Amino acid sequence: MTTAELLAKDPGWIIVVKALIVFVICVVSTLMAVWTERRVLAKMQLRTGPNRVGKFGLLQSLSDGVKLALKEDIIPAAADKIVFIIAPIIATAMCFMSFAVIPMTGVVNLFGHKTALQLTDLPVGVLYVLAVTSIGVYGVVLAGWSSGSTYPLLGGLRSSAQVISYEVAMGLSLVAVFIYAGSMSTSVIVSSQHQHIWNVVVLFPSFIIYVISMVGETNRAPFDLAEAEGELVGGFHTEYSSLKFALFFLAEYVNIIAVSALATTLFLGGYHALPGLGFTEQWLGGWFTFIWFLLKVNFFFFIFMWLRGTLPRLRYDQFMKFGWKVLIPVSLVWILIVATLRVLQQEGASRPVVIAFAGGVVLIVMAISSLSDRSKQKSRAPLPEGEAPDFPIPSLPHVKSVKVSGGE
Amino acid sequence: MTDFIEPQKKFNVESSGLDINAVPFKEVNQPGPASLLEQAKGFWVTFSTMFKKNQTVQYPDVKAPTAPRFHGRHQLNRHPDGLEKCIGCELCAWACPADAIYVEGGNNTPENQVSPGERHGAVYQINYLRCIFCGLCVEACPTRALTMTNEYELADDKREKLIFEKEDLLAPLRQGMLAPPHPMYPGMTDTNYYNGDVKESHPSQNLNGQG
Repeated sequence: MTTAELLAKDPGWIIVVKALIVFVICVVSTLMAVWTERRVLAKMQLRTGPNRVGKFGLLQSLSDGVKLALKEDIIPAAADKIVFIIAPIIATAMCFMSFAVIPMTGVVNLFGHKTALQLTDLPVGVLYVLAVTSIGVYGVVLAGWSSGSTYPLLGGLRSSAQVISYEVAMGLSLVAVFIYAGSMSTSVIVSSQHQHIWNVVVLFPSFIIYVISMVGETNRAPFDLAEAEGELVGGFHTEYSSLKFALFFLAEYVNIIAVSALATTLFLGGYHALPGLGFTEQWLGGWFTFIWFLLKVNFFFFIFMWLRGTLPRLRYDQFMKFGWKVLIPVSLVWILIVATLRVLQQEGASRPVVIAFAGGVVLIVMAISSLSDRSKQKSRAPLPEGEAPDFPIPSLPHVKSVKVSGGE
Repeated sequence: MTDFIEPQKKFNVESSGLDINAVPFKEVNQPGPASLLEQAKGFWVTFSTMFKKNQTVQYPDVKAPTAPRFHGRHQLNRHPDGLEKCIGCELCAWACPADAIYVEGGNNTPENQVSPGERHGAVYQINYLRCIFCGLCVEACPTRALTMTNEYELADDKREKLIFEKEDLLAPLRQGMLAPPHPMYPGMTDTNYYNGDVKESHPSQNLNGQG
């Protein structure tokens, strides 16, 4: 029985309970994620991090949340009130919605009912996640626009440009997964990985592209240009305070957890155990798979923290260049290769043909890279005598403009 | 007044002979981006730092000692018999670049002998909202009356509380000291005091009949 059939038998109250559980998981893991991030980042910087509220400071983010909620809620005079209020709601709601299709456990017993901890299983589940996260960008853009202030507007525009650019690369990296699994349903992708091998092994370039673009997608360091503190004050949420700001904060972290969960589902075998540890999946009546899921999500979350602790923020043009000129072409070429291999496999091509194709691809890649290396070396060659470039120099007042040409 | 500065002499490139092209080209060694492996070293730095001992001092619970010559709160010192060293000369106030010190001198009388000699500081205030802890006042003090302690916890919730009066700044009375005002040590002049000839208080200095 597939997961879709299993979920179709859920009575209404179980769906409500599961929706509640998913919501609670999102909120609690956000609280934990904020604490974990502050502690781990502190460790990376020879500090301790929050350790005073509760044991090990575990309640720090809870108390921060209460503090935020009790603060004065300011709506600027220049703001468009309705949009200003709706924007954080859109941003948060969309992040939570993307969790609906993530399979978090295998078959488990939930209040005497045999089901899986997955709210629904759409045939186009991954596309649904992409769609919902892009609607989440509306929250950011509208927040920036409705604030009636310059920095939030710039932050919102940057954010939309960024998310749109990286969504392309992200979508392309997922195409290889769809080709390989033969489905867009999250649960089918998980089970196909369980039958064969994790996608992270066979589709490693896709995995790398996805991980890079998920950082860009969530506006996190080193791609956090939308809220670059040094340049845009706070970015799109500069004018927000109190609970509305808390909602954006929540949205950011739920979004991070959502893309991490999607990465887990698509590349790391979802809720299944590591190869060789399959027997653990039966522990706790199947609930142990949830622990595997959490471990994998936390692995991705650690990557987020590690990147933030290590890399400085990218310059905007370099960031865009990287997205459009590197990530997208590379993933296009990679999809071509994967699709060709897949077709060859399905048409029953002999092994030598497949190997010849793979060898040809490797040869072409090597040729291109050596050619580009050579052209780089040529451009670095010392300037020949008397062939200095012609730089136009802007004229200064009372000085005739100078034309610079070859040094003699 | 003009908005712009008129250049004194028109600079002519051709006639001056100063040509940018006269400067010979020089090849500058500009290394391109480091290899990917080289760049990935940063990740190891942050990862390994996680397992190092962190440098945080758990401040309110643990108070790390300051450097021995840390500039903290001021202190008005006393002579060994308890008389104040401050003579109300206001040199500290004049030296202060932040205008944080206010001093009013007063005359010493036989009934009210606060410090050896003729004068004492009647009013002495340091405003810690202005003080920058530069220590110029300590350098200016001719009698070593003003020094600095290592005490650094000077935060408060009222501006008034951060103007320290003479009572707040005076050094505590140690063994053998008597609270001024009281007469000078018998047979000693203020010069003797400054030379350090007075080692402790004399019983005759005690006006209250204690100690």
